[in-house]
Amino acid sequence: MNTRQKSKIIYSWYGKPTSSDRKLRTLQYKGILIVSERSRTETCIQLGEFILVEGENADQPFVAQLLDLYEDGAQQKRAVVQWFSHITEIPQNKRKLLKREVFPGEVFFDQVSGYDTDIAVETIIKSVVVTPLRLGEELPIKFENEKSFYVKQSWDGKCFKPLSPDTFSKLKAANKKGSGIPNSSNSFISSDLTSPLKQETERVVRSATKRVELEIESKHSASKSSLAKERHSQRMANGIKTPTARKKLQLNSPTRSPKTRLLGCEVLELLDDDCDTVAPLESSATKRKVKFTGILGSPPKIPRAKDKSKSVFDTAENWCSDTMQLSPYNKVKDCSEKPENLKRKYDSIPLTEDQQLSIQSLVLTPRSRRTCVQKTSARIAEQISVLNALNQEDNSLSSSDSSYSSSSEEEDDDDDVLCTPEKETKSSRTFSTPKSSRRSSVQTPAKTLKKTPLPATPKTPRNATPEIPRRNHAAQKPASVLEEARLRLHVSAVPESLPCREEEFQDIYNFVESKLIDGTGGCMYISGVPGTGKTATVHEVIRSLQQAAENDDLPSFQCVEINGMKLTDPHQAYVQILELLTGQKVTATHAAELLAKLFSTPGPKRKTTVLIVDELDLLWTRKQNVMYNLFDWPTQKHSKLIILAIANTMDLPERIMMNRVASRLGLTRMSFQPYTFKQLQQIISSRLNSIKAFEEDAIQLVSRKVAALSGDARRCLDICRRATEICELAGQKRTPEIVRMTHITEAIDEMFSSPYIKAIRSVLLHEQIFLKAILAEFRRAGVEEATVQQVYHQHVALCRIEGTQSPTISELMGICSRLGACRLLLVESSNKYIHMRVRLNISQDDVMYALKDE
Amino acid sequence: MSKRKLKENSGANGECISQVQKILRERFCHSYATGKPFGTEQQHRHLLELLKRTTVHGESNSALIIGARGSGKTALLNHVLKELKEIKQVRENLLEVHLNGLLQTTDKAALKEITRQLQLENVVGDKVFGSFAENLAFLLEALRKGDRTSSCPVLFILDEFDLFVHHKNQTLLYNLFDVSQSAQTPVTVIGLTCRQDILELLEKRVKSRFSHRQIHLMNSFNFKQYIKIFKEQLSLPAEFPDESFAQKWNNNVQHLSEDKTVQDVLQSLFHYTKELRSLQLLLMLAVSNVTVHHPLIAASDLHEASKQYRMDSKANIVHGLSVLEICLIIAMKHLNDVYEGEPFNFQMVYNEFQKFIQRKAHCMYNYEKPVVMKAFEHLVQLELVKPLERPSVRAQREYLLMRLLLDNNQIMDALQVYPNCPTDVKQWAASSLSWL
Repeated sequence: MNTRQKSKIIYSWYGKPTSSDRKLRTLQYKGILIVSERSRTETCIQLGEFILVEGENADQPFVAQLLDLYEDGAQQKRAVVQWFSHITEIPQNKRKLLKREVFPGEVFFDQVSGYDTDIAVETIIKSVVVTPLRLGEELPIKFENEKSFYVKQSWDGKCFKPLSPDTFSKLKAANKKGSGIPNSSNSFISSDLTSPLKQETERVVRSATKRVELEIESKHSASKSSLAKERHSQRMANGIKTPTARKKLQLNSPTRSPKTRLLGCEVLELLDDDCDTVAPLESSATKRKVKFTGILGSPPKIPRAKDKSKSVFDTAENWCSDTMQLSPYNKVKDCSEKPENLKRKYDSIPLTEDQQLSIQSLVLTPRSRRTCVQKTSARIAEQISVLNALNQEDNSLSSSDSSYSSSSEEEDDDDDVLCTPEKETKSSRTFSTPKSSRRSSVQTPAKTLKKTPLPATPKTPRNATPEIPRRNHAAQKPASVLEEARLRLHVSAVPESLPCREEEFQDIYNFVESKLIDGTGGCMYISGVPGTGKTATVHEVIRSLQQAAENDDLPSFQCVEINGMKLTDPHQAYVQILELLTGQKVTATHAAELLAKLFSTPGPKRKTTVLIVDELDLLWTRKQNVMYNLFDWPTQKHSKLIILAIANTMDLPERIMMNRVASRLGLTRMSFQPYTFKQLQQIISSRLNSIKAFEEDAIQLVSRKVAALSGDARRCLDICRRATEICELAGQKRTPEIVRMTHITEAIDEMFSSPYIKAIRSVLLHEQIFLKAILAEFRRAGVEEATVQQVYHQHVALCRIEGTQSPTISELMGICSRLGACRLLLVESSNKYIHMRVRLNISQDDVMYALKDE
Repeated sequence: MSKRKLKENSGANGECISQVQKILRERFCHSYATGKPFGTEQQHRHLLELLKRTTVHGESNSALIIGARGSGKTALLNHVLKELKEIKQVRENLLEVHLNGLLQTTDKAALKEITRQLQLENVVGDKVFGSFAENLAFLLEALRKGDRTSSCPVLFILDEFDLFVHHKNQTLLYNLFDVSQSAQTPVTVIGLTCRQDILELLEKRVKSRFSHRQIHLMNSFNFKQYIKIFKEQLSLPAEFPDESFAQKWNNNVQHLSEDKTVQDVLQSLFHYTKELRSLQLLLMLAVSNVTVHHPLIAASDLHEASKQYRMDSKANIVHGLSVLEICLIIAMKHLNDVYEGEPFNFQMVYNEFQKFIQRKAHCMYNYEKPVVMKAFEHLVQLELVKPLERPSVRAQREYLLMRLLLDNNQIMDALQVYPNCPTDVKQWAASSLSWL
């Protein structure tokens, strides 16, 4: 689908090559002609114009100025651009440097050095208008209803600066030059309002039919990548006439309010588009006003739902009025809120898909002048795509929810279905405060189904960020030395530096740094037993790299982390990575496609991505395609992906990976050795950091113990923490206590002593006899397994010796199952009754030792 | 003393008795702890301190409470929670999530339950929406957002902890323990289990994240304390309406606790099990004997109850069998003796029975084979006899290998009390060789 679509757009040079470089064998041109075969439209973009460039996030194309066009030696059409940044492209922590609100449509003159300014021509979508403004200058009204960007400040990666006069004038000049082409703002406002009535309606119908066709076409392609969709819709929008579809639209329009609304402005835009190409549609703006007042007098109070057969004229009016309503900036904002409500509407997937498409196509109409609409609708589209993903998974939303959410929804429906053209035109003409005007139209219709005057339903977003409630009382500060020590010794406490892992830190740092500087990709495999600081070290590396990137010592990068244990299924890794990278929420297979595309195509302005894959072994699948893909991406030429894979076993690549996966993982390995006792000692001391809570010997004892057992730093810290508690309990006398050897020993005993001996000593008389009987039976038979019946005979005999009442078989079975539940015994399933086989779960010597001591 | 007065007296008594029954039954069946659990002071303090630190200081922790069934794990936890909630600062600061391994059999179900109990945003009414993956991501996101000082601490209580261990990849446990070991929302994970080998079941990564705090409950009280518990369980509360009756009842309980037979009964129970529940069951049986004419519990009641309580279930079934079936069981017993517990089939049993009929029995009617077969199948249905493998269509029923699920002692005991047992059958049972 995608490739087929791609072939439909032809990029060709405009005019003759202006200059050429013999040495490099490049030819320079001053313009490019984009011909879309499907819609038979031609767009010409010249040097100096502003363009939209395909980005990784389909909803937010990049803005750039075309500086140079050339064909290189390999016959590749290339372009050199000057980037502009959206506010979303600026790192979160730097945004506050701006110290003001960012208006939608505002971009920043990009002076960040790291970006590749050389792009392939095929990524150009269309031209836009970017207007430079002085810093103090307010947003001019005339831009509000246009699809344009404006630039006030420049961004160089560290701070915002006002545009230098030089660039300002340059941009201004570029704009002037662009206005020669008929998409300049002034010329087109008049032109769009001026078409003779008949012509206009015709166009409306035509464009409407286009839309319908688009919807029909794209219903089945809804699952395609959004990039494809974008292109697709863009192409489709350029007009194919299918007269039969007209009726359908009329059927649709009354019920799906947000769509029609958006359609309305869509239509206007398409109109504009047509006006531009078809010259004789010129007329004066006043004419339209006249037209509207004419309608004012007419009494068409029939709800639109009924007028299937009504004249095109009427529908056209409706749309026009709609767009009129949309035109002021605030109103556009207003109407775009509705699809947000729409999010709650879960009735059917196709509906939302329709909407998404219409919205998307709105975003991408070739003449994108309505900046604010574009902005907001891009947001909507994103949300709806999220919703769609959600929808696929739970269609089973309870009725309660839908009824709750539909209140605001219905009201919008009413708004559109029942309002008469008269009212609407009135409201749009009067230009009263936008909100009220829209609301008034809600209440006017005679046939309103809802009498309630606008219930102020709280618009809680459905996918709100989850949060645990806040605590009511502030957490207490540590009062004593021991409490302070305990706080510092908690595993979660982040130390200022990681002692004893300097070498590993340096190795990983060097690896990532070199890849970052080179702008290439690579993998590193890190192994080590649990609790040896693998993840902590990697995080530390990332933190200091980010620090370096902020200080401009390194090109900036983005870091994504996934954890195999935190995924429900290996394939969910794709979903998580994509969501963390672009914020899109899609299904696993789709995410895999998008990611593969993202990493295999040369994206302009793409930063290097550092991907941390924790608990790698959990991503194992039978075909190993997840691992394969993960390690395949960095080998792609343009991926700029660095993977740090973390797992426990050193020989994981050899043991569980197929050859092709292991080979892609490469040989950059690192293994974290378990901590030695000296290192553990150092870790504790550095954490305590001059707090005098532990005896030196105590620290040494605990580190030696843990080093001998596992070398797990977590264990070490846990023991210390427990020791402080024991110490606190022991010294209740308010005297400054210090953790000594005895406390440590007690803590270690508590944590590591085998529970069995204690458990056996605490068992009851008959349970003890039973264990003895088992031992006796084992000795008699010479086999370490016996049936209950055999043990029973021994038990009865032992009871006679002890002089106690012997139990019945039922009681014995009870004892047996109780010991089995504690796993002192291993027992078979109990349906065999007295033939049930019994084994000891501990060594006979242990049992003997435990029982004899009494 | 007129008759009417007596009647009135008994009427008032009746009122008292029904009150007593109600109070005691409620106590035994609902089993809410009447007093502090015995012998767990240290564990109690440990757990209390742990939870207090979580709520007051926002310190994350994890711990396991390990103890045999009926050792009071849940009781301890409930006690500690009750005590904690008396502190105002704690009460308003604690979110509890209770999970049970028997109910939340998969991580998916457990996640939904957690989200529901925490009342996070994707809960509508009582339902939780979203797929497993989304829910997990959502919950982790929620927990990650919090930090030590500002978020409300969450207490996760995992009952039947050992069952969570069997979930795929131990995802839930890993994530819970991971949160408890990282600077996120303060959580405390308390697991309750009866398995002593629980740590060996944890995956190495999960084990590393678990703090290794184990609170062992051993039921370490002695018989003296057991008697005390007995008294406590049976005594009437001070707020009982009829004071004189309560006085009388409590005095009687005191006497009972000093009685030799009662002590013997309790001793034997104590040797057998320390569980509070079995004591309650015994007392329940005794208390149900209390009537208007028999207003106070006697030692004999307890003795009777204990007899009833200790009855062997299989031997009980034997009491209700016909003589023919008893004969078959005896035949099987002899077969077991001769062949040392090897399995037998119906034909062997029938032959053995035939030998007995032909040589010795005078009072037994020689039943036909199908009748004997029927009796044999009845025994199979009662599960006194169990086939070694499933009966297949091809195998003839007569030759299906069987095993007797009764011990010789059980058979002899049952025969002792079997009503109207023919003497030659008894003799035959005593010795398989006597008739030769």
